[in-house]
Amino acid sequence: MLERRKEVLESLGHLGSGVYDQLDTGNFPSIDMPSRSTDNIMYDEELRQFILGERRVKRSARNIGHVKPFTQLIWAALFSNELTSQRKTSTLRDVYYSAQAYEMTFKDQQESNNIITDLETILGFSREDFNIFPEERSAVFGDLTIEYTVPGYEGRTLDLTSHPDGVLIGPALTSSEFVRTSADKVIAIEKGGLFTRFIEENVHKKYNSLLVLTSGQAPRATRHFIRRLSEELNLPVFVFTDGDPWGMHIAMVIISGSANAAHLRELNTPDAKWSGVWATDIVNYKLPTDPLDDVDMKRLYELQKDPRYKAPLWRREIKTFMKIKRKAEQEAFSRYGLTYIVDEYLPQKLEETK
Amino acid sequence: MGRAYRRNDLFWRRVGEKQVAQTTFEEISAADFFYRNRDIAGFTNPSRAIFVAIRELVENSLDAAESHRIPPDIYVRLSFEGEASKNTQIYTLRVEDNGIGVQPKHIPSAFGQILFGSKYNLKQQRGTFGLGGKMAILYGQITTHQPATIISSTGIAKTYFYKLMIDIQKNRPLIVDRKVLINKDEWRGTIVEFMLEGDYLRAMPKILDYFKQTAMVNPCANLTFVDPKGRLYKFSRITKEMPVPPKETKPHPYGVDVELLQRLIQVTPYHNMLEFLKNHFHRVGEITANKFLGFSDISPAKNPKKLSHDEIVRLMHNLKRYTEFLPPDASCLSPLGEDLLKAGILKELKPEFVVVHQRKPATYAGHPFIVETGIAYGGEIPRKGVFTVYRFANRIPLLYDEANDVSVRVISAMNWRRYKVTPDMPLVLLVHICSTKVPYKTVGKEFIADRPEIRREIANGLREVARQIQHFMSKQEHVDRERKRLSVFSKYLPKIAQFSTKLAGKETLPDIEKLLVSVRQYGSEEA
Repeated sequence: MLERRKEVLESLGHLGSGVYDQLDTGNFPSIDMPSRSTDNIMYDEELRQFILGERRVKRSARNIGHVKPFTQLIWAALFSNELTSQRKTSTLRDVYYSAQAYEMTFKDQQESNNIITDLETILGFSREDFNIFPEERSAVFGDLTIEYTVPGYEGRTLDLTSHPDGVLIGPALTSSEFVRTSADKVIAIEKGGLFTRFIEENVHKKYNSLLVLTSGQAPRATRHFIRRLSEELNLPVFVFTDGDPWGMHIAMVIISGSANAAHLRELNTPDAKWSGVWATDIVNYKLPTDPLDDVDMKRLYELQKDPRYKAPLWRREIKTFMKIKRKAEQEAFSRYGLTYIVDEYLPQKLEETK
Repeated sequence: MGRAYRRNDLFWRRVGEKQVAQTTFEEISAADFFYRNRDIAGFTNPSRAIFVAIRELVENSLDAAESHRIPPDIYVRLSFEGEASKNTQIYTLRVEDNGIGVQPKHIPSAFGQILFGSKYNLKQQRGTFGLGGKMAILYGQITTHQPATIISSTGIAKTYFYKLMIDIQKNRPLIVDRKVLINKDEWRGTIVEFMLEGDYLRAMPKILDYFKQTAMVNPCANLTFVDPKGRLYKFSRITKEMPVPPKETKPHPYGVDVELLQRLIQVTPYHNMLEFLKNHFHRVGEITANKFLGFSDISPAKNPKKLSHDEIVRLMHNLKRYTEFLPPDASCLSPLGEDLLKAGILKELKPEFVVVHQRKPATYAGHPFIVETGIAYGGEIPRKGVFTVYRFANRIPLLYDEANDVSVRVISAMNWRRYKVTPDMPLVLLVHICSTKVPYKTVGKEFIADRPEIRREIANGLREVARQIQHFMSKQEHVDRERKRLSVFSKYLPKIAQFSTKLAGKETLPDIEKLLVSVRQYGSEEA
């Protein structure tokens, strides 16, 4: 982790001297980076994620339309530089407000987020690398011991079963080193209710697993964390979501990444499996359902065209959703008793998607 | 004297209708006629009456000065005399001018008798309602039963003072009092003072608009108005230059009607058609007259007084049908001219930008006319959310019935967006039409009829000034953009320098002066 920090700082400093030198030689500074426009985003079958194509764009301070975002970008780099070198963390929201101290205003949060994404694209590091984190809401629980690297906690270890609500996947956890685990798989869960049920029902022991709560669409830090669990500890990952197009896509983003993060690597876990709730599960387990509404159907048509959904399993499930026009939440299994999902459904699906 | 003898077409038409029935032209009392039909002269209600009275007298005064190229000095005072009813009051109206004055022997009839016109020549004049001044006095007499005071001198050693009333049935002036005063200062001009009933409070906005707009199209005039509350409104001249006065001209054959023909026949001293046509019509000479008589199958020797009514009607139709008359020339018109119009607008509106345009003379139905247009933008012009339109005819502001006016229709039909103009801008549009016969739609001189020839001229005139304002707006946009551009660079370049210095870990700031200078030069080249 320390190595990575050094790289980040070097690359930020490099960006700064590039601009400085251009100015100092009497030129309008400009920065060249891959284009993030949709026609330059493509799916890489090999990497099994979205990547940016060859096209590049130039941001120049000579251009009246660029000069403000250019300044914002340099400011964001300076801000990231300070965070990283002082080993402080910050959120996207902080970025938005901190700018005002430098008389740099962002029109809104979206504008400042875009600038941070630009910086990611230019440097090839994700914002977590320069200590800018989104609001945290996901958690992890299970037999994994980590060792902190954050200032003041260096060398301290923590057993991730030590808190029954799970441990927040925040900057301290994502930057920690993995020490040891007895688990042989990772189970990612969309919803907090089920995550708590799984802990209560000792799923981590019964199925020898680490439990990760994604809280809906998994934040990038969590996606990166899951990838590290998969890569560094060599654990298979199983994703459980609601049985609807949105749940299906939560699993897909963990597996194949998002178009929004096409400029970044190592956020996806290509070998992770979507274990349920499938449309076919709705049929097979005779789950209580709600009808798919127009927005759901529209989403299904979009997903049908998405290159990530080419594999037979995905095509079959999309078709089934379209046919039955019903959806079911994970909680729907409660109709067979509170422990049915843990005792019956979970082992069957783990086996099925092994 | 010209001001006392103006033609009013509708008036003549109406009288003409009566004349057919009664045959004796002179015996109709015009005063009586107006008394019964005062609505047609604009005295429809107490607020309108006071507005029209002021307007008619001011116009007479302007004509009296301008006809002899005297820069007008006009003083108007309206004083409160007492309550007349719940909503109306009695006022004294006094109008003083520095015009040519009225010959003493003509004073009683000029102000106390509503005369039939004796002139058959045409020139551009303010009033189609030349009798308006007398109408105002008559209205005052009807509502207050008080005599009018007239003081006038032509600049000779004596000033004449008259108190007059109008005998309505007989259409005669009644001289109540008459004095001859010594005119030591050789004062020249006319003062008219009389009492009338009206509603000033309601009329006030229109009256003030009237003065302001009159000042706009008469930049050579000093106008002073003291209202019943003692408030003084002063509109000062900014130039002594005056528009070229119009020449008198005879009616053009295309513009005649049966009524005019009958009047001409009555007064003509000529005893054959050839001479009649040659001498009474514009652009008709010996050759044209002969050709036309051949075309109409009328003997050149025929005595015009022997024409039957049917023959007169046929003559009129032939005059309109014959295509070889030359179009009327425009020397009988007196447009304001681009310089004076511009000066007037600058003086009264104090805009940031003004552009004016004068069209070439055109004709409709045998009447020559000239359209002048203007656009003023910014400066002290307020934003109203709608276009402010100032309409003028023969240098008279038109203040009522805007929505029906041809100019307003043309303006609403135009695509102003094309010219980078929107109604929420501080913008004034101005249309002046001058003609020997302004085609008013109604008698009250309020709005101009939608005739295709006039519509086309107004539209072309407005397009011309619109193109120029578009040019101005584009330039303005460019300047704004440039200013914004410079401010963006001078705001952000130093910041980029500051941030990159820190980020690169350097001690000194890079020199960006050169870049800022280049941005400025780049900007000025573009501008």
